[in-house]
Amino acid sequence: MDAIRKDFPILNRRIDGKPLIYLDSTATSLKPQAVLDAMDEYYTSYGANVFRGIYKISERATLAYESARERIAKFIGAKEKEEVIFTRGTDESISLLYYSWALPHMSACDVVVTTIMEHHANFLPWQQLVKTKGVTLKIWNIDPNGELNLNDLDTLITRETKLLALTAVSNVLGTINPIQKITRTVKKLNPACLVLVDAAQAAPHMAIDVQQWGADFVAFSSHKMLGPTGIGVLWGRRELLEDMPVFNFGGDMIKEVHRDHTVFAGIPYKFEAGTPHVAGAIGLGAAVDYLTALGMDAVRKHELEITSYALDRLSSINGISIVGPKEATHRGGVIAFTMKGLHPHDIAQILDEDNICIRVGFHCAQPIHEYLSIGATARASFYIYTTKADIDALANGLYKVKKILG
Amino acid sequence: MDLYREIILDHYKHPRNFGELEKPDAKASEYNTTCGDRISIEVRVNASTRQRIDDICFSGVGCAISMASASMLTEKVTGMHLKDVLALGTNDIVNMLGTELTPSRTKCALLPLEVLQKAVLSLQTHNG
Repeated sequence: MDAIRKDFPILNRRIDGKPLIYLDSTATSLKPQAVLDAMDEYYTSYGANVFRGIYKISERATLAYESARERIAKFIGAKEKEEVIFTRGTDESISLLYYSWALPHMSACDVVVTTIMEHHANFLPWQQLVKTKGVTLKIWNIDPNGELNLNDLDTLITRETKLLALTAVSNVLGTINPIQKITRTVKKLNPACLVLVDAAQAAPHMAIDVQQWGADFVAFSSHKMLGPTGIGVLWGRRELLEDMPVFNFGGDMIKEVHRDHTVFAGIPYKFEAGTPHVAGAIGLGAAVDYLTALGMDAVRKHELEITSYALDRLSSINGISIVGPKEATHRGGVIAFTMKGLHPHDIAQILDEDNICIRVGFHCAQPIHEYLSIGATARASFYIYTTKADIDALANGLYKVKKILG
Repeated sequence: MDLYREIILDHYKHPRNFGELEKPDAKASEYNTTCGDRISIEVRVNASTRQRIDDICFSGVGCAISMASASMLTEKVTGMHLKDVLALGTNDIVNMLGTELTPSRTKCALLPLEVLQKAVLSLQTHNG
């Protein structure tokens, strides 16, 4: 653990003489030196554009960019690297699907199913589709433990259902959804219904395998999994991606352009118009290497230990209610909570006096807060560098909040 | 920076002018979507001149900063001329609270003023 913490330069920082207690990894993760070095090396030693240069540093940039794609493909169990499309992040990956898959494929008699626990990124497009195409949107609700009941699929997935869009891990409840089981059930009920998985909170924290999941599309972001901001991935099955029209126009996404017609490039390039975020892809590649070296099972094991400890510590504080599953094994490394009579902004502000960083608000998931009839929540989240001492600091901080405001 | 100064905590825990007026001349409310805060303000103006605030009440839910700001604001503007109320700005609120505010908390602190000015403006529209 100490060895891991040494890899994150920001953890050496002192603010007002006090260390940083970073408990907001669900919003974005800290970055290890290896990722920063990889990006720095690109800019300092071979920062040329990709694909077009017939000179050494451009060839090297192209190789590094494509090698990152290959390692990412392997990391998520993709069949081939062409199925990995670089986007700006999960939100853009899902927006791409909205424009290039949903709009051309959907009509008024179709049904889309999503869940009440989605991040707005995987909720807004489908809600919008009701307006633009007149589809019916069905929302899969949770049980009292904050989990999806698979029996509900019998009524949700009909012949008209074209898409189930759901998250693998909720960024509020922490719930881990059994994607493989869900996909199997969906395909049994309607083989033509596609499954889109928002893996923004899964890819950083547990081993994922898109083929084992049986999903059709998977989206995730780099910055939540040790990589830089501004880059993410859309994975899709080759035949689906090939069938989809282009998303953005520009350089590098064509084969030939004539006065009167254009032949677009194949996947993944037809979806990657313009100079890509080369350094970003290289950084994400380095992040994937870092996580692979740690082993995703070890990552999950550590988070389970921290989450279980945090659930124990927090639930013993009077007045705290925690949302989501009671069992640590059913949840990722995130705990959202409310404190009786106290406003989350005040909680976070007082914690910040001791450099304890948590997130407050709706966490881009307002529907689940409305469903639970709660206002904003405070949220602490964990990653590979989180220690039990961080959790103790949080618990002590919460006692301090109660003392000041109580 | 001591955001949770004694005076702010005092107004938060014991808000002044909290509740509703019997016959308000104007009322307004505002909702802060990022944190779910809700503030309503009701005012009654001087019966003859209709230029000054005679009575004011606020209600709602929010963080310590927005609640304290609302409570202190009601005290500050009682008896104030409406055009002076409309001239109040960020600095006046920061000075009133007597503390430094980060950008995200400035929003919380300013919400009550926004609501009050909305109420006063509606009054002026009504007046003609």
